[in-house]
Amino acid sequence: MTAFLQLDFAPLLAAMLAGATCGLLGSFLVLRRESLLGDAITHAVLPGIVLGFFVTGARSGLPVLLGAAVAALLAAAAITHLRRMTRLEGGAATGIVFTGFFAAGLVLLDVTGARSVDLDVDCVLFGQMETLLWPQAEGLASLFDATALASLPHAVFMLAGVGLAVAAAVAALWRPLKLLCFDAAYAQSIGLPVRLLDIALNLMLAAAAVAAFEAVGSILVVALLVAPAAAMRLITNRYNSQLLGGAGLGAGVAALGYALAGPLPAALGSAHAVNAAGAIGVLAGLMVAAAALAGRWRRA
Amino acid sequence: MITHNTLVVVLGCAALGVAAGAVGCFALLRGRALLADAMGHAALPGVVAAALLGAWWGTDPRALPPLLIGGAIAGALGLWAVQALSATGRIRQDAAIAVVLASFYALGVVGLSVVQAMPAGAQAGLSHFILGQAATMRAEDAWAAGLLALFCLASTVALFPRLRALCFDAEFAALQGLNIRRTDAALMGLILLVCIAGLPAVGLVLVVALLVLPAATARMLNQRLPGMFMASAALGGISGVLGALLSAGHAGWPTGAAVVLVGTAFFVASLMLRRA
Repeated sequence: MTAFLQLDFAPLLAAMLAGATCGLLGSFLVLRRESLLGDAITHAVLPGIVLGFFVTGARSGLPVLLGAAVAALLAAAAITHLRRMTRLEGGAATGIVFTGFFAAGLVLLDVTGARSVDLDVDCVLFGQMETLLWPQAEGLASLFDATALASLPHAVFMLAGVGLAVAAAVAALWRPLKLLCFDAAYAQSIGLPVRLLDIALNLMLAAAAVAAFEAVGSILVVALLVAPAAAMRLITNRYNSQLLGGAGLGAGVAALGYALAGPLPAALGSAHAVNAAGAIGVLAGLMVAAAALAGRWRRA
Repeated sequence: MITHNTLVVVLGCAALGVAAGAVGCFALLRGRALLADAMGHAALPGVVAAALLGAWWGTDPRALPPLLIGGAIAGALGLWAVQALSATGRIRQDAAIAVVLASFYALGVVGLSVVQAMPAGAQAGLSHFILGQAATMRAEDAWAAGLLALFCLASTVALFPRLRALCFDAEFAALQGLNIRRTDAALMGLILLVCIAGLPAVGLVLVVALLVLPAATARMLNQRLPGMFMASAALGGISGVLGALLSAGHAGWPTGAAVVLVGTAFFVASLMLRRA
């Protein structure tokens, strides 16, 4: 039990929090046909994170979150602006903006020397759940011991904080967001602040992306954002099921993926663990495939 | 001055840029630009699988052709998955693309963690497919890139009338007898080819930019297709050269990032020129 708590508890918790938060937010992306905005924001936050880190030297916490938020809002604004200004087809505007931001982030990593200190690209690309340890844990009692709990990795607190904030915001804005998803024009006509809601969603996305990227890496955040929501969309038509199911599936796939990656191979005697974030992403994709098949079977 | 190695890299990137610009012109007009993102990310598990197979068979795990073939197969599978998901009618293509690119990439990451545990140590080479590392481009790779560029240019020129019809009025073209599905498939094939070829130099995260940026820039500057096509190819080549040079001069800058920044600069400039 102590080994589990010390090695697996924190990453598992982090993964589930990331999964639930992203799974919840992802429904808005899927319903509003903006799934690639999730992709864009997770890439676009990189320069913000690097600058936030560079300016303050702190690897996670408020400055980084702030940097990411600014980057995300800038990127979202740039995409909208570009779309309006030009008539570029398809997702070209999105692609141009997020690749530009990501490339800038990569160069900033080098220019600011952030890479040599703490932040590195591998963490961005692969996540680093395996490094989330809880050495202070000693048996089940630690779960109720405040001092022990306080020594959990920072990423867990950030995820918990962001997760709670997002859940609260979504709950508070339940009806307006629902209207925004299905008839934005009507929402605007009855006086709902559509643009503000838009910005709020983008901010929540950025926060979730930053919090989750420490755990699973930026590209796999996309998996958690879109796959649970897409899977729910394939099997339900009801808004409440879509949203809550997305959060639930997100947490579930994160937990299962984590278990399959490390603890299960270890229990089966294999010496090698597999990248946990990757396992989660693969499972998420399989889940969507299963949902697609299930949906077809139900309709047949 | 410019070393032989740098020259090789620059020429290789130039050729790649030209190919990407030529194909990207039609990819953009047909609205297929982001499928390139899906294909690039989807290629990773294929590259890793090819490396694993190679290590198991005892061949050189760093040899490029088998890795790229593996990547191409995986990329094609990714494309099929996107179409299949979109065909359910319940999630749109953008969601399908996002799911495929993330989950296939995740599979690649899982594979990388397996390779990492192997003594062959080919992993160091493989992770370069994610962000690109043109500095390791050898002369034969540059030649291959040159051939690719020629092939893509020749194909796009040969298929020019069909591609033009496909992009601007597909229904009318179909009425006139054009086989839409075949031409579309040919375009997707060319996009896949460019994506895979771009992996070692520019990396899978940014390869989509290679296809979109020169084409979008050319689009801002040209109203007619032949001009746009030539501008796109030229801009692609120039971005490749300048990006490769920048990356060669700064050891910590991945090639893909440098090329994208150059391309973005051109794009922004074109926006301002358009206004003026």
